[in-house]
Amino acid sequence: MAGNVPLLEVKNLRVEFPTRRGTLLAVDDVSFEIAPGEVLGVVGESGAGKSLTGNAIIGLLEPPGRIAGGEVRLEGQRIDNLPYEAMRKVRGARIGAIFQDPLTSLNPLYSVSRQLVETIQTHLPLSAREARARALDLLKQVGIPGAEQRIDHYPHQFSGGMRQRVVIALALCAGPRLIVADEPTTALDVSIQAQIIALLKKLCRENGTAVMLVTHDMGVIAETADRVAVMYAGRIAEIGPVRDVIKNARHPYTRGLMGSIPSLGVRTERLTQIDGSMPRLTEIPAGCAFNPRCTSRGERCLVERPDLMAAGASRAACWLHDARGVGTPVPLAREAAHG
Amino acid sequence: MAGGTSFSRWLHRASDSDVWWSFRSSSLTIAAAVVTALILILSFLSPLLAPHTPFDPSTLSLSDGLKPPAWMPDGDWAFPLGTDDQGRDVLSAIMYGTRLSLVVGMASVFVSMLIGITLGLVSGYVGGVTDAVIMRIADVQLTFPAILVALLIDGVVRGLISVQRHDEIALFVIIGAIGLSFWVQYARTIRGSVMVEKNKEYVQAARVIGLSPVLIMVRHVLPNVTGPILVIATINLGLAVISEATLSFLGVGLPSTQPSLGTLIRLGNELLQSGEWWITLFPSITLAALVLAVNLLGDWLRDALNPKLR
Amino acid sequence: MAEGSYVRIEGLKRYFDVSPPWLVRVLEGKPRQIVQAVDGIDIEIAKGETFSLVGESGCGKSTVARLVVGLYPPTAGRIEFDGNDIATRRGQGAHSALRRRLQMIFQDPFASLNPRWRVFDIIAEPIRAFGLSKDKADLEKQVGDLLRQVRLTPADGAKYPHEFSGGQRQRISIARALASRPEFLVCDEPTSALDVSVQAQILNLMMDLQRRLRLTYLFISHNLAVVYHISTRVGVMYLGRLVEEAPTDTLFRRPKHPYTRMLLDTIPDLDMTGRQRAPVAGEVPSPLNPPSGCSFHPRCPFANERCTVERPKALPIEGGSVACHAIEEGRLAIEDRSYAARG
Repeated sequence: MAGNVPLLEVKNLRVEFPTRRGTLLAVDDVSFEIAPGEVLGVVGESGAGKSLTGNAIIGLLEPPGRIAGGEVRLEGQRIDNLPYEAMRKVRGARIGAIFQDPLTSLNPLYSVSRQLVETIQTHLPLSAREARARALDLLKQVGIPGAEQRIDHYPHQFSGGMRQRVVIALALCAGPRLIVADEPTTALDVSIQAQIIALLKKLCRENGTAVMLVTHDMGVIAETADRVAVMYAGRIAEIGPVRDVIKNARHPYTRGLMGSIPSLGVRTERLTQIDGSMPRLTEIPAGCAFNPRCTSRGERCLVERPDLMAAGASRAACWLHDARGVGTPVPLAREAAHG
Repeated sequence: MAGGTSFSRWLHRASDSDVWWSFRSSSLTIAAAVVTALILILSFLSPLLAPHTPFDPSTLSLSDGLKPPAWMPDGDWAFPLGTDDQGRDVLSAIMYGTRLSLVVGMASVFVSMLIGITLGLVSGYVGGVTDAVIMRIADVQLTFPAILVALLIDGVVRGLISVQRHDEIALFVIIGAIGLSFWVQYARTIRGSVMVEKNKEYVQAARVIGLSPVLIMVRHVLPNVTGPILVIATINLGLAVISEATLSFLGVGLPSTQPSLGTLIRLGNELLQSGEWWITLFPSITLAALVLAVNLLGDWLRDALNPKLR
Repeated sequence: MAEGSYVRIEGLKRYFDVSPPWLVRVLEGKPRQIVQAVDGIDIEIAKGETFSLVGESGCGKSTVARLVVGLYPPTAGRIEFDGNDIATRRGQGAHSALRRRLQMIFQDPFASLNPRWRVFDIIAEPIRAFGLSKDKADLEKQVGDLLRQVRLTPADGAKYPHEFSGGQRQRISIARALASRPEFLVCDEPTSALDVSVQAQILNLMMDLQRRLRLTYLFISHNLAVVYHISTRVGVMYLGRLVEEAPTDTLFRRPKHPYTRMLLDTIPDLDMTGRQRAPVAGEVPSPLNPPSGCSFHPRCPFANERCTVERPKALPIEGGSVACHAIEEGRLAIEDRSYAARG
């Protein structure tokens, strides 16, 4: 991962929402890199800020949300401060996007061929015939059976899984270096999910495209990602190679999360449970955001906010991995915030 | 959960709410609210506030007739906006008249709501043939302008009973007629919301418990579909007042012994040719101001309560 | 714990008529269209056990849940609860007594509670409807106890649903379902809309309650890992039919039906064992036009002639049953699977 210029660099990204009650910080000082051709999973529960991070990178933050600090660099060039037109050219040509709902990602009024050809011609200097040939080729690559006939069909004539394949084709058609995929399989059946994930992996590997995969589903990450970043309350709690983070999590939240997921290897009486719930944006505690739910917390965790620090092969934002430790342990109250 | 504390809690929440904030930030809306409040107070307290009692014949004197507004020559400050040919003070007449217009307006809105909500609720929840029948009736009614419907109902009633009886119950007939001509919008809006809500799981949960459909409709579904009602009612009020004024202007509304703004405008209209303009102008301005203010309030309310616009 | 059927479902069918309106059919010559959402299901649930129904969208599992609880009348078949036929409904009295003993928990924590009612009233409603409380003080005590049972506090009764998180609302739903002191709960994907850590809390709660109150669950889910964790027996549905049914361990370690095998292969490998998984093919066909014979045959690597014409019957095997010609004819071998980590 090191050595070359990273494809995507996010440094100290902050996303805030001004409301009349004050400004809410939804993404707080998030930094990470994606190497060319790498798949980075960004995982977290609802409200963690992962979708907002993805949207901020593509430049599709919905107002009043806005980037309030930090920078986003694509192949060394800053893209977070580009004017609308310039960003539009970057989107599609250099960054592709795949969203959760295939039904709303495609325009129901235009045929698939028209949408593909239009996108291709916007970003590449091809004639209409060449663009159509490329579109057809892409549809075959994503596994649409009978592509020659179906290319002229409308989105509603495809099933959910097929539509998502079309969306993938659309995202790849201009040959982007990076794809940001936000919950690409959540709305699909489990057997289709597996197919779509396999397809995404294969295509990205073949084209050398990097992927930022935002999801709440740890299973999808385990199948697809090279590295994973775990987000909590707008910050990154842990980031590292996928095998390490999953099998040997260093942050208490990640460990709790992995323990909550029922596994087939071992049948336990009770699943590991983290009491309480993720704090709302208006109620983020001082110090480490996870401390009110953490069984390993100490005095230091209540006041000092940890940054990402080395922890084995990964990095975790937790004082447990600091030389000075957490200080005197502060056990959780008996009837802690019920969730 | 005592009454006092929960009210003060509600008050605190209301004063902090988005709706109140959007009200405060729009000067147009505040102006509209002030005008409406002013008109409401002046008209409903007219027995206390009006300088004269224009509809009590014993207080009238023909020698006061046709005086122009006070600031003109020949004017008299005892009659600030002038008098009509019978010696009735225009200002007082407007105040009493507005009260009557508002009573008719509000009562007919209430009638419309009652009919519309009931039919919309039943239509949306029961569905099937009942829904089809009610909606076809609604469609047919919509093809007629509301005024025609009101005229029709009023005409039928007049044909059925004597003129004398009619004068006594004219108020109720007018309220009924206008009420019946405006129920459709309530019914349609409610029906749409009911159809959405009835598939939600809390309704299914109530069905699992085994509650009767009527109970479910009234206790569970109804509280969740009344949102748009306030907006429709507010705009409807303006329409109802105009309808009543139109009917009275045409001579088929309230009788002259109980004049509303519309009647006043009609009476003044007849005198317009001879140059006594104030008798028709001031009621007209009042009517326009009232309806405009109420409509602006309705517009603001619709935007304030619409979560998508925030 | 009494063996045998506490809840018995026989030949349950539910068809939905989704034909275009009569006028359109006449003018455009379009045919009637019937969706066979549930097409002949046989299930037996013993008292105290958790029976899970799994399958993908369109398989009919949610419809089965709603049929059992009485939200739809069945097109055919019997549903017996503790020896009583509950499929033919109507009427209060005795039927109301049966309703009290069987309740439902829904999937969507945001739509399953009336947003205009306070939590207290939501939970008190079944108690009032079945006449289970003596007076106001008793009612308040019962609601308070129920709230405590789901790890909330009695003071939460004064609040409205929107003041709670998804997990908390699901707890309120559970409290409401328990208010009539039922013995049998139908749970329609109760944790699918929740985050993973919240899901763990709710599943633990449900298992605790089951032990303590001796409840029987019919659990609907599409998440196989969750089903593995909490079920006694599992039934797999595909396009309205039950393709396989077995005790949990047997189903996961020795899956028989090709669709069951395919489903198990889709479970992500979170233990990073690198186990071999067969690639999955095709998509669930539209329920409007199901394939003939065995509805799985277009996607089945083991299908033969017979599979395209004859619908397989349920064959009892190894403590469960499976509806598959390939198994019946001995063409398909049954092997053990292991999910444990290698070395």
